[in-house]
Amino acid sequence: MTALRDILSQGVQMSLVLLLAPLLTGFVRKVKARLLRRRGPPLLQPYRDLIRLMRKDVVLADNASWLFRVIPYLMFAGTWVAASLVPTFGNGLLFSWTADLIAIIALLGSARFFQALAGMDVGTAFGGIGSSREVMIASLAEPAMLITVFSVAMIAGSTQLSYVAEFMGSDAVGLRVSLGMAFVALTIVALAENARIPVDNPATHLELTMVHEAMVLEYSGRHLALVDLSSQLKLLLYVSLIACVFLPWGTATADASVARLGLGALLYLGKLAVLGFLLALFETSIAKMRVFRIPEFLGAALMLALLATLLRFVSGSL
Amino acid sequence: MIAVALWSVAALLALAPAGVVLSTRPRGSTILYGGCLIATSTLCVTALSDLLYFPHLTPTATLPIGLPWLGAHFRLDALSAFFLVVVNLGGAAASLFALGYGQHEDSPGRVLPFYPAYLAGMNVVVLANDAFSFLVAWEFMSVTSWAMVVSHHREDGNVRAGYVYLLMASFGTLALLLAFGLLASGAGYDFDAIRASHPSAALTGMVVILTLLGAGSKAGLVPLHAWLPLAHPAAPSHVSGLMSGVMTKVAVYGFVRIVFDLLPEPVWWWSIVVLLVGGPTATLGVLYALMQRDIKRVLAYSTIENIGIIFTGLGLALAFKAQGLDWVAALAFTAALLHVFNHALFKSLLFFGAGAVLEVTGERDMEKLGGLIHRMPKTAFAVLVGCVAISALPPFNGFVSEWLTFQAILLSPQLPNWGLKLIIPAVGGLLALAAAFAAACFVKLYGISFLGRPRSDVAASAHETDRFSLSAMFALAALCLVAGILPGLFIDALAPVSKAMVGNVMPHQTGLEWMTIVPIAESRSSYNGLLVFLFAALSGMAASSAIHRLASDRLRRAPAWDCGYPDPNPAIQYSASSFSQPIRRVFGSVIFAAHEIGEMPQPLSPAPARLTVDMRDLIWDALYAPIAKVIGVATERINMLQFLTIRRYLTLVFAALIVLLLVVAL
Repeated sequence: MTALRDILSQGVQMSLVLLLAPLLTGFVRKVKARLLRRRGPPLLQPYRDLIRLMRKDVVLADNASWLFRVIPYLMFAGTWVAASLVPTFGNGLLFSWTADLIAIIALLGSARFFQALAGMDVGTAFGGIGSSREVMIASLAEPAMLITVFSVAMIAGSTQLSYVAEFMGSDAVGLRVSLGMAFVALTIVALAENARIPVDNPATHLELTMVHEAMVLEYSGRHLALVDLSSQLKLLLYVSLIACVFLPWGTATADASVARLGLGALLYLGKLAVLGFLLALFETSIAKMRVFRIPEFLGAALMLALLATLLRFVSGSL
Repeated sequence: MIAVALWSVAALLALAPAGVVLSTRPRGSTILYGGCLIATSTLCVTALSDLLYFPHLTPTATLPIGLPWLGAHFRLDALSAFFLVVVNLGGAAASLFALGYGQHEDSPGRVLPFYPAYLAGMNVVVLANDAFSFLVAWEFMSVTSWAMVVSHHREDGNVRAGYVYLLMASFGTLALLLAFGLLASGAGYDFDAIRASHPSAALTGMVVILTLLGAGSKAGLVPLHAWLPLAHPAAPSHVSGLMSGVMTKVAVYGFVRIVFDLLPEPVWWWSIVVLLVGGPTATLGVLYALMQRDIKRVLAYSTIENIGIIFTGLGLALAFKAQGLDWVAALAFTAALLHVFNHALFKSLLFFGAGAVLEVTGERDMEKLGGLIHRMPKTAFAVLVGCVAISALPPFNGFVSEWLTFQAILLSPQLPNWGLKLIIPAVGGLLALAAAFAAACFVKLYGISFLGRPRSDVAASAHETDRFSLSAMFALAALCLVAGILPGLFIDALAPVSKAMVGNVMPHQTGLEWMTIVPIAESRSSYNGLLVFLFAALSGMAASSAIHRLASDRLRRAPAWDCGYPDPNPAIQYSASSFSQPIRRVFGSVIFAAHEIGEMPQPLSPAPARLTVDMRDLIWDALYAPIAKVIGVATERINMLQFLTIRRYLTLVFAALIVLLLVVAL
């Protein structure tokens, strides 16, 4: 009975992230549009886009290789597995020990590795520009993320997200300077990793400033749908990660009652709404940066994360 | 056990003179590489069974060769057995690869005799149990590899590479000779006697520094790395694979043998020295790699990065052991050794891939390649596996060893020492940077040479390589995946080595459900490569079949879109140097003093616009160039002595006589 329950809650978690990901993107778009006094696309538009794209033919460039056709599935698989390992409504699910936070970041790294390769496969100028800039951004964002994880993991005494979330929800945390720095660093990394303003513009096209869109320019049909779904899943992953580490209240444990799990899910939806709104607010109030300003922006995250880690080494209570 | 190992080494040594004869025969290289394959496979199986089934036996043997009063001592303990596995797995893979690749050698007489001797030299270093045999084998390994570095001596730069290599190898051996001299002062050259002696603290400190210089220069630690990216790419590709994948590991063995085994309990400052060298080596090595456009040179620089990661692990192990936390030391040490094994796998694989490309296109320059995935699909697949594995991405093996190193770093706030408390987070940051740069570096290597459109005719007319080369690459690729999804097996196999060297072992892994690895406790961290691989594979396949069945599976080909501006000229693609331009701009302006010089012609002038990039190796400028200059000036001065008149020579002789008499008189 418990085994069935465990498998069921793990399954719910996996389908929940998959189903919620387009909704979060739609929500952020809607809020951004309202803040700009536009009406904006309907909340469910991302779902319609995905379904429409999946039904269309794939138009493949003449010299695209087999790798180009496989990469959307690899990206989707890596991102989905990573996203379903981040606790949403409940901690300690059946397979939560499969990968810790470092492994989740590395899984996202795999997805990005293949995405950057996809940009170079057809041999176009735009693909190369996107891949080249993506790896430059990643070469700063990934270390910043890892060091942020170090500081959080050293405070919580674990890299296992379920345990981190449990620890953060307990009274043992207290108010720490290092956690504040880690939070800012993680937010900056999340903006960069998800190609949001001020690092990249998810709505741009035909501009020399685009990064993410330039890499996936040659994709169409179901391939493009999977690439889009992967980036929506990634956004959800980062928002859930921030929620799980820094807003850990109300997350249920895996063996809690169904009502408690439902409450956890409701609270989770609330956290998504708040963080999504804040993201939209931030994006409308800031301009996009020049490409070579990005390293300074991410360098700040790197320094903050390193400082947070150092503080933890120097003092147990800061 | 040790008898089988020594007989196999003797067989390799016997193959060396046979190589001289065989190099003139039509099937000579097949016979020679076949013989090497058999000998190294025997050694590998012997060492593996020793490591797995008899790790607590340490058979020894003494042969009546070497110094007359000493003889040659050999010993096969767990550490030797592990490194024998690494050396001979790499050796067997290289020999298998060379069965195909070696057929295309222009002058086999310059490679065949040295190849088995080189393999034998590396084996003897690992087996030696006295300083004399160790150093002789070490020099043997250096000299035979030098001979193969200069085997293509007419190609540009290879002779210089060989010269720099020979100088640095001599320097390294000198440092090791001094280290052993200090150790032997109270005991003698036998390792067993050295282990039993009690050297003073000052002496052991000097030995650690000298070993770091000697073994580090062979392994490629910054700033002693300058020879490595010159010499490794110059050799034939299977030898490059051995030099990068295996010989650097023999250097790591030398360091571990002396510092962890022969010396008494470590002192905390040793670890600071090792960490201060290891962390920067990792980051700088891969930054250099990112700036290159020659495939084999990228791989050589990336070796420096991985050596940095290994030495960081060893430094952490020293730090924890010095503070009595030997259960964490076991974690850091196992991580380092696992990375030794992993790097031997994927670096050999990647050098073989580069060799296959070089063989069919004749090009090492990435800017002349491109689109090889269409014409060499099997090689391209194997190299892709190697690239993913070396970028430390799950579910492959490189990730596991880096993950374990990170876990050891996360335990370091427990160290009471303040110096280490400040250095270790910085080193952790450097490792994180190195991991991210490595991914960027291998996206570039693979994307520029294998993807896109061909940038030259040779790339457009490439074809698949032979089946021996392919089977060597696929065997290594399969091992990369197995070591990535079942790391528990490999960690447990390393337990006797860690027990012997740091006095403790990591928790037993293979009994855990679903083959999870749990380095400390489940509440701290766990990783399951097998499940990650299965979940990813299943969700990818589920997505593909669901979409194909429910939505659409139609596909048509059309010209590339490229935002409406497709250009048929392949020169429009990003090149290797343009790909790394953003990173060069962010990091290179300080580290390489890189700057771009744009020459824009005047309006109406038919001259082309040019953009040149000026980059300097600051370490070379600051360290090597002054030394070379001093030596140059000194030799020029002394050279004047050769052109004196007879009167001046007589005066000199007379003056020397008087000085000598004065010395005797006083």
